[in-house]
Order: sequence, then structure tokens, then C-alpha cells
Amino acid sequence: MSTDEQPDILELRKRIASNKLRDHIFWILGLLSTLIGFGLLFTLIIDLFIDGFPRLSWHFFTSYPSRFPEQAGILSAWVGTTLVMIATAATAVPLGIAAGIYLEEYGKKNWLTSLIEINMNNLAGVPSIIYGLLALGLFVYFLKFGESILTGGLTLGLLILPMVVIATRESIRAIPNSIREASYALGASKWQTIKDHIIPYSSGGILTGMIIGLSRAIGETAPIITVGALTFIAFLPSSPVTSGFPFLSFKWLLDPFTVMPIQMFNWISRPQTAFHLNAAAAGIVLMVMTLVMNGFAIYVRYRFRKRIKW
Amino acid sequence: MIPEKLKAEVKGLNFYYNDLKALKDIHLPIANKLITALIGPSGCGKTTYLRCFNRMHDLYPNNRYEGEIILYPERVNIVDPRIDPIEVRMRISMVFQKPNPFPKTVFENVAYGLRVRGEHKKSLIDEKVERALKQAALWDEVKDRIDDLAFNLSGGQQQRLCIARALATNPEILLFDEPTSALDPTATAKIEELIRQLKKEVTIIIVTHNMQQAARVSDYTAFMYLGEIIEFDRTDKVFTRPSHKLTEEYITGRFG
Repeated sequence: MSTDEQPDILELRKRIASNKLRDHIFWILGLLSTLIGFGLLFTLIIDLFIDGFPRLSWHFFTSYPSRFPEQAGILSAWVGTTLVMIATAATAVPLGIAAGIYLEEYGKKNWLTSLIEINMNNLAGVPSIIYGLLALGLFVYFLKFGESILTGGLTLGLLILPMVVIATRESIRAIPNSIREASYALGASKWQTIKDHIIPYSSGGILTGMIIGLSRAIGETAPIITVGALTFIAFLPSSPVTSGFPFLSFKWLLDPFTVMPIQMFNWISRPQTAFHLNAAAAGIVLMVMTLVMNGFAIYVRYRFRKRIKW
Repeated sequence: MIPEKLKAEVKGLNFYYNDLKALKDIHLPIANKLITALIGPSGCGKTTYLRCFNRMHDLYPNNRYEGEIILYPERVNIVDPRIDPIEVRMRISMVFQKPNPFPKTVFENVAYGLRVRGEHKKSLIDEKVERALKQAALWDEVKDRIDDLAFNLSGGQQQRLCIARALATNPEILLFDEPTSALDPTATAKIEELIRQLKKEVTIIIVTHNMQQAARVSDYTAFMYLGEIIEFDRTDKVFTRPSHKLTEEYITGRFG
């Protein structure tokens, strides 16, 4: 452009003003969308609290379900949820981490790994009731684990397995190749490199993926109903700790159980309003359990990010 | 050939990435406890060549060596597929282009090579870590924060940490892949001084795109172009009276 050509300042200013107007419109649209989402969630939570909060008491946590809404509690439900979560984590975490490491570090890039990868991504989107049907056939009838905590844990473990695998792979992929080369150049073997570098440096992301998976599993109802969790249960599974040697017992794995969402579902489907309040109170507890898990995930991620920067 | 005792000798080395021939019939002697520099324009194959010495290419699929790199004194061909690359890497260490410390403490970075070799005795590890850090001229700067994370060091200190990490296991050859290209002039000067000091103890091969650096630190220089060695001679000779026209054009800055 020649320097003596006078640019049309007015035209330029009009252009800028119109660009700025679009900016503003989008800003308002974005803000509205955010507020709608957030507002709805907030209303739900407030509603839950208004209904359920008065029911929260020590008694509520230490009582079994009952025909009388004032006496009913969530003891068997929260114990069941906790135990099922332990079984779920014990299933999904080792399997998921090992599979993720295999796919990233060992698996050669060929049609088989591509197939596994596509399947893995699809599995993450399979409706949970399908997992319930699979578990009913496989764990309950074929392997004869019964309608037990073990079955529930394995089912939910399978459900969140793809999430753990994907989280593991992504955090492994975030490790720069120069770190692997540094390790190999010192004469480390593949396993030494994985054990000393890959796993420690990706554990923040792996833990986050695991807890996000567990947060999903804790609220699942459909597959758990499918495998036959009880809706009314007035006893606890056997204790994992025993007084005699070896002080640990795994008998609880084969005991029947119920979980929080099923207890809520049971209460909400009754006609009496008092039971609905119980369901709201159980909802608060379930939400707090989930928030605590998520908070823990965020804290862990923060700790690891602070220590590791690429 | 050269008058000095040899540490290694490259004979008819070809290297392929898939079907792409990246190194073409390379012959080169590596003098014991001296510094050999490789210079040449970007993409000429100098890094590819350097990475043959510790078999880094074995980490990726479809790479293939042909020919020999003979390591003295026992005359083993280190690019022979029957030789375990881990064995080669335990004898020949490498310092990379960008400082790549592990996200661990200064101490653990230097100790890692010893841990890989199964060393557990704390007193011995302590002693070797201290010695390596002194060799890398880093000890005085980090002795009070040996348990700090390596990322808290400056770029130049991180690179010297990587040198200490490579030295801790007493390698026979130390490979440098453009070790100062990510550093400022002061840090570069320190590393160059360090490299000159280190040749008393270890044979060094250094790849650099900085010709002054090659002239300042090395005893022998090889000029590479398009995967071939164009010229190899004593450094002063290469830089004052190059025998090949391409070399002269490159070192006078007419191309590259």
C-alpha cells in the first residue's frame, strides 16, 4: 500500500464499532447460558436442602430402613455404598491403569490397538443398564457371585473402567518424550522407566480420572437394581475386620446390600410425604459424598501440578 | 587415520528411518579422552548420527542400522542387534538439547543412573552424587538445596544437572546433542568450560550448530552434509585450512 493513500478513518471506526457490538452480544448470550445452568442447579440444591435438612440427624445415619418414616435411616445404604465403592475402585483402578499403560507404552500402533481404542471410547458411552444386563448374566448367573457387593462392585468397576483407561492414557501422553529418553539414556529398562517415571508423573491425572469415575458410579442405580440389590435391607454385611487371626475378612463381598440411590428410589416411590423428605435428606448425604470425592480429586490434581510442570 | 589412541571407530555406518537413508557410509575415528565435534547445517544427520552411539533409535519402530561402531578396547560393535541397547546406554551417556531433568529432587536426578544399576548403599550413592555434581561444576550452587526440585534451578543449572546425571555412572563416552542451544551466553560459556574440563576423564562427542563452539571446545571436527561426512580433521585445520570447498562455504557462513 502506498503511504500517501489516506485510509478511510470513518469506515474503519464503523467496522470496529460493529465488531464490538458482536462482542457484547456474545458476552450477554454466554452469561445468560451460564446463569441458567448454574441457577437451575442451585435451585435444585436449595430445594433438596429445604426438604431434607431437618431430617438429618445422628439417628438418620445409624438406623435401618423402617415402615415408619420418622424412624427410618440410611445405615445399610451408606455402608453398602461405601463397600461397593471400595470393590469398584479395587476392580477398575488396577485394571484401568494397567490397560492404559499397556496401550500407551507397550502396544505397537497397529490395527489391534486401534480397534481396542475405538472400543474403549465407545464403551465409555454405553448406557449403564447394559452393563447391568451383562453383569446379571456373567456375575450373578454364570460365575454365581449372587446378588452381592462383589457383583455390584465388579459391575460398576466395568462401567467406569473406560474412564480410568482414558484418564490414564491422557496423563501418560502429557509426559514429554524427553523425559522417557532421559530415563532410557541412563540405561533404564522399559519397566524401570514406567515404574520410576511414567506412573509417578501421571498419578495426579490417574487419580483424578479414578475419582471422577467413582463419582459417576456412586450415583448409578440402574445396573445395581438389575443385578438384584435389595431395596429394603435391615442388616449390615459382615465386618471386614475380625477379632481373630488374620483380622481381615472378605465375607462381606458375598453379602447382599443396598446403596444410597436405591434407598432414595425406594422412599420416593412411596405415597407418604414423610418418606419423600427422607429421600431428600439421603440426597444431601449422597451429594456431599460426591462433592467430597471431587474435592479430593481437585486437591490431588493441584498438588501434582504444583510439583510437576513440563 | 589419527595418531591418538581410539575409543571408538565408525566403519561404513548406514542408518535408515523406514526406507529413508539418513546416514550414508560413515567412517570416523573417535579419539580417546578428546573431544570430537560434529558440525553441519540443520537436517544433515548429525543428531541422527550421535543417537546411534547410545542406540536411542531402538526406542522407535522401523529404524535400522547397517555397518559398525566399534567400541575399544574390546572391539564390540555397539550397533549390532545382538548387543542389548541397555548395555550400550549404560556405558555411553547422553546430554540432550533441552535440559530434561526429572521432576524429582536434584539428588534423585543424579542418583537415578545408580538406582537403575541396582545400587542401594546410601553412603556410596551420596558420595557418587556429590562427586558428579562437583565434576559438573554445580556442587557449590546446589549443595544447600540438594533436596529441592530440579525444576527450581535455572536453565543453565538444569543442563549442568543433566551432565552430572550422565556422569554419575562413569560413562566411557559422553554424548552432547547441542547442549547449549536452549541457553543464554553466560550459561553457554560455563558449559563449554565444563566440557573442556571433562575431557580429562571421558571421551566426548558433541553435536553443535554453533561453529565457534566447535572451534572453541573440540580437538577434532567432522563436517556433515546430507548424511555424509564431508570432512574430518583436527579442529584447527578444519577451521583454518579446510580441504573441501563445501566445508569452507559452511564455516564462512555462505550457506547453512
